[in-house]
Amino acid sequence: MDAEIILKVDGTEYQFVADTRTTLLDALRERLGKTSPKKGCDHGQCGACTVLLDGKRANSCLALAAAYDGSEVVTAEGLAENGDLHPMQRAFVEHDGYQCGYCTPGQIVSAVGMLEEAEAGWPSHVTEDLNVEEIILDDGEIRERMSGNLCRCAAYANIVPAIREVSGR
Amino acid sequence: MRPYSYVRAQDVAGAVATLAEAPNAAFLAGGTNLVDLMKLGIETPDILVDVRRLTSERIEDLEDGGLRIGAAVPNSVLAADRKVRTRYPALSQALLAGASGQLRNVATTGGNLLQRTRCVYFYDTTTPCNKREPGSGCSAIEGHNKNHAVLGTSEHCVATHPSDMAVALVALEAFVNVQGPGGERRIPIEELHRLPGDEPQRDTTLEHGELITSVDLPPLAFSSNSKYRKVRERASYAFALVSVAAALDVKDGVVRDVRIALGGVAHKPWRATNAEEALRDEPAIRENFRAAADIELEDAQPLRDNAFKVPLVRNVITRTLLELSEER
Repeated sequence: MDAEIILKVDGTEYQFVADTRTTLLDALRERLGKTSPKKGCDHGQCGACTVLLDGKRANSCLALAAAYDGSEVVTAEGLAENGDLHPMQRAFVEHDGYQCGYCTPGQIVSAVGMLEEAEAGWPSHVTEDLNVEEIILDDGEIRERMSGNLCRCAAYANIVPAIREVSGR
Repeated sequence: MRPYSYVRAQDVAGAVATLAEAPNAAFLAGGTNLVDLMKLGIETPDILVDVRRLTSERIEDLEDGGLRIGAAVPNSVLAADRKVRTRYPALSQALLAGASGQLRNVATTGGNLLQRTRCVYFYDTTTPCNKREPGSGCSAIEGHNKNHAVLGTSEHCVATHPSDMAVALVALEAFVNVQGPGGERRIPIEELHRLPGDEPQRDTTLEHGELITSVDLPPLAFSSNSKYRKVRERASYAFALVSVAAALDVKDGVVRDVRIALGGVAHKPWRATNAEEALRDEPAIRENFRAAADIELEDAQPLRDNAFKVPLVRNVITRTLLELSEER
């Protein structure tokens, strides 16, 4: 079965017809040429496919495109504005927060979404006081909140400082 | 993935009616478990009825002082809700101990309750599994069963229920509101999930076509003194080996009331009623906590690889109750 789908991706609206089995990740990559979200595990375990879906970070491999008709998607590519890298992208470059780079777009989008969650006062599993007003993102908090993004090169030692630097601004 | 028709119902009644007429149709909410199971060929619905936008995304106060959680409330929003954090901390902690940030943003309250076991044989379509294919046999009973159940198992299935949230909801005595072909009903959460018996393919007592619309948290006076503790093999983003949700009411060193539920040990979140009973009106001391845990675990039947769960559960119950009695 085919469905007509409208998606706003990185500021541009797209209209296309796709099989209802098409995941958001496959729609982005194969239909719209948006290849910054990566297919790692395709089962929601690695985070390489992370996008901002209606403003919240999500695994695009587990979302059916037809179910998100009318939604707004931001990929790592769309984080840059007017050709300038997003502060998180710059921090990853400055801190060498990758080796092969395959997980990087997902890491960066996830980190951007994560900072907004912390800003909103959302606690995490390692937040000592559940009722705390302001979240202080120390390394333990960053690691816990980013546990849905795996890096097989294990560049975590540089990813964490990159995120910490942006969170401190 | 097997082809299917995707349907977006106009309202809950329409969604329920569609399922009632189609025995192989399924509801789709966040899809974080269902879509994965469909990719693997474990779930093969011929119609997907999208209900994500149909049920409430609100957390509302109830007149009795409790809270009503809409079925579409994402796990991340529920965990961060100020009222939940203050009045039902075990629920926030359980949600935060589960999955990843990305998954919690999409997974819904109703869907979390209906997620399926992570038994490796259930996921491996090349092996027999009575839950996936009734009558084919259980590969876990004689196989790798470190993660499997020690309580309430049957000769047909030793799988565990994977949800952290559900364990907390059982300790907090939540109610699940459902709408089905026969109308609406309200189910004590303890009666939502079932033991495997000779029908391990059935995870819950819901009938085909019944949709969870909301979950009610009752105004338990001591639920603010509650806690969720999870033991897993990684520090983050892993299912429980065992977990404990508990709420404790202590006065003058004596247990007035207590609720205990266990995760990772059974086909359903396990309400430890025997332990609760043993603790009421007794001094809130370590020895009693341990003894009560032992009473609950008397009937445990460990498998080849999971005998460690019995002492682990006992220790986690003891420590959790000890912390709850000290914090008061």
